[in-house]
Amino acid sequence: MSLSGAKIIQPLCIRYPDMPVISDQAANCNTTSTPFLGSTRTLRRIQSVSAAQRRPASAIVAVADVVKEKKLKSNKNHLLTKEEGLEVYEDMILGRVFEDMCAQMYYRGKMFGFVHLYNGQEAVSSGFIKLLKKEDSVVSTYRDHVHALSKGVPARAVMSELFGKTTGCCRGQGGSMHMFSAEHNVLGGFAFIGEGIPVATGAAFTSKYKREVLKEADCDHVTLAFFGDGTANNGQFFECLNMAALWKLPIVFVVENNLWAIGMSHLRATSDPEIWKKGPAFGMPGVHVDGMDVLKVREVAQEAIGRARRGEGPTLVECETYRFRGHSLADPDELRDPAEKARYAARDPITALKKYLIESKLASEAELKAIEKKIDEVVEDAVEFANESPVPSRSQLLENVFADPKGFGIGPDGRYRCEDPKFTQGTAQV
Amino acid sequence: MASIFQGVGAATSLSSSTSIDTKKFHFCSRRSRSERKASFVVVRSGGAKVENRIGGRAEQLVTNAVAAKADTPTAATVSKPGHELLLFEALREGLEEEMERDARVCVMGEDVGHYGGSYKVTRGLAEKYGDLRVLDTPIAENSFTGMGIGAAMMGLRPIIEGMNMGFLLLAFNQISNNCGMLHYTSGGQFKIPVVIRGPGGVGRQLGAEHSQRLESYFQSIPGIQMVACSTPYNAKGLMKAAIRSDNPVILFEHVLLYNLKERIPDEEYVLNLEEAEMVRPGEHVTILTYSRMRYHVMQAAKTLVNKGYDPEVIDIRSLKPFDLYTIGNSIKKTHRVLIVEECMRTGGIGASLTAAITENFHDYLDAPIVCLSSQDVPTPYAGTLEEWTVVQPPQIVAAVEQLCR
Repeated sequence: MSLSGAKIIQPLCIRYPDMPVISDQAANCNTTSTPFLGSTRTLRRIQSVSAAQRRPASAIVAVADVVKEKKLKSNKNHLLTKEEGLEVYEDMILGRVFEDMCAQMYYRGKMFGFVHLYNGQEAVSSGFIKLLKKEDSVVSTYRDHVHALSKGVPARAVMSELFGKTTGCCRGQGGSMHMFSAEHNVLGGFAFIGEGIPVATGAAFTSKYKREVLKEADCDHVTLAFFGDGTANNGQFFECLNMAALWKLPIVFVVENNLWAIGMSHLRATSDPEIWKKGPAFGMPGVHVDGMDVLKVREVAQEAIGRARRGEGPTLVECETYRFRGHSLADPDELRDPAEKARYAARDPITALKKYLIESKLASEAELKAIEKKIDEVVEDAVEFANESPVPSRSQLLENVFADPKGFGIGPDGRYRCEDPKFTQGTAQV
Repeated sequence: MASIFQGVGAATSLSSSTSIDTKKFHFCSRRSRSERKASFVVVRSGGAKVENRIGGRAEQLVTNAVAAKADTPTAATVSKPGHELLLFEALREGLEEEMERDARVCVMGEDVGHYGGSYKVTRGLAEKYGDLRVLDTPIAENSFTGMGIGAAMMGLRPIIEGMNMGFLLLAFNQISNNCGMLHYTSGGQFKIPVVIRGPGGVGRQLGAEHSQRLESYFQSIPGIQMVACSTPYNAKGLMKAAIRSDNPVILFEHVLLYNLKERIPDEEYVLNLEEAEMVRPGEHVTILTYSRMRYHVMQAAKTLVNKGYDPEVIDIRSLKPFDLYTIGNSIKKTHRVLIVEECMRTGGIGASLTAAITENFHDYLDAPIVCLSSQDVPTPYAGTLEEWTVVQPPQIVAAVEQLCR
């Protein structure tokens, strides 16, 4: 599939009523969409299993379309191997179960502040990030737990970070909105929308610099920048589209268009809601893809990442997706139309992939259940680990303010402040 | 190493000046004549002290004087003669030496490449190192500052130039959130060894928006260091130190100081980012200053010396953190403090310095701290008004006389 033109993959439905229907149907809708908004059942079940049993016909359409299309082109080859299928499935299950556990832990008082969950958007994270190498970089926003997990940050490290423990990936200093990993090249985790995009552009710039100035000829590291529809109206987005296209930086801009920026509908905020169109305006391909279908996302991602790796420059990919929960755990989520939520719940990416794997005989029900069980254990272990980890001690307070602690300056006694024995105890006056 | 600067009318150096109105640079010539009486001590990092009678050296550079031979220096200090250059050249020299030394050092900013920098600090570097290492960016401060930060996280050492410090207001999001905080919020995983530099301060009728002092806005950001250079010698030294530092450093230059001329050593030297500079030791009063106000203070110092006062002048250089050792030692000796700065009255560096001194050295003070800052006024265009917003030497003299009463 070439991206030289702007190829549109039509979403199933693109227009929604401006005015959300305040539901008399709330009660009804809750029954269809309960698993994704918080379950009253025992917490160890995988939600998507129950959803699969109630899934209406429309979800089948999305995957089937892809399968049909591919069958015409490629002699009944599957879109991905069994190995890849299981890897992607496991990653999506991990994302879903982890986020559900976060919600539980939040309401139990284990984590505080702003926690933004990714339920429903797993196809984008797994579809893109599972194609990356370890040296490639990922930059995200505050909805970053699953991006970090997909990139390879252990669930234990992420959960500990959320609990604010010293064993967290950022020593408890970052929190939900600042997931970083130098080992796995996760460059954040940013609280203000848009401020991560220049950082991603810088990482891509470094990749090009390493190849062309430092002569590391094989450096073809790619950077993915994930952000939402609200960010696509922000100045930093446009400035970076310009610079990335100008210098042909190896970056892919991935818009997770879930149609809502907290309570602001994308259609109320944007003059032209088709974000993919903004790519060609800056000289890069713009692609729209169904973000609820991990196979479609993966296909687009392959091409976009390949482009970047070959040095052909950036791509703007708009993924139409949806978050099943509110903006954050503090969001009552009253504005969104329950019918809209139900429509997207029916297109749950995990159930869609499961169906595909089973129907194309790539995996059996038992294998998938085994994966679900394994992930359950992983996430439980992560919680246990986080619970038992120590909270940061006072001595950690000043440790990472400066890479070079001489930056705290020279005290009245002539010695550097950081040499003060009280400094490590966090009681020194700075 | 004495601080010397070019007098008015020197065709050689000021002909390349882009920003200084030579006719108004009157205080320099007055200074060079009466400087002969003053002796300077400059403390270098590592504590080596260099003492020189400035009078001899000044004669070489006073424009109207007959060309004089170099005065023999006292004590065994300077082995090589050194070379003369202007402050912007000193910055460039420091920058070039660091780029030569480490291939990861790169520059990005508006017009730094082909144009050579709006104040010529990067002239010639793009031709030498290529367009990627000396990157001409589009006009998008927030984004290219963020890009520099992302590049720093991945191993490069960028120097980000704001064409005028004021433009960095547009980059405040990146400077505050990412530059200052990322090292901490990532738990120490990523370091941000950027240098953010550019000219600021009140120039010659540049108008309100081009005459801003951003040091007061940035000083609260945790995780950054701020230094201000004032002479070619410390400009080069601080530039090199800032590039080598693993912390994000904001280097404040001043629009009016780019054409100062000085003789600096041939051998390589790197100054200490956290140390202050003793400009003139004295006994009666401690005057703390930085950047351009250093020259107003030194001019006032001549008048004061003639009147019988003995001011100790310290160029604090490190705006964040303060060098409380040098400052404290001075206060313990003189017991009187005058702060002279170009920042606004409200919330400026002087305000923070006053607080820091009161906190640490209150017992040593014989009089309240006096802080002379610019008026809380958007810098007017009219020359006369502009002059009144900034601290002038007669005000400094009056303040010292008041303090020492």
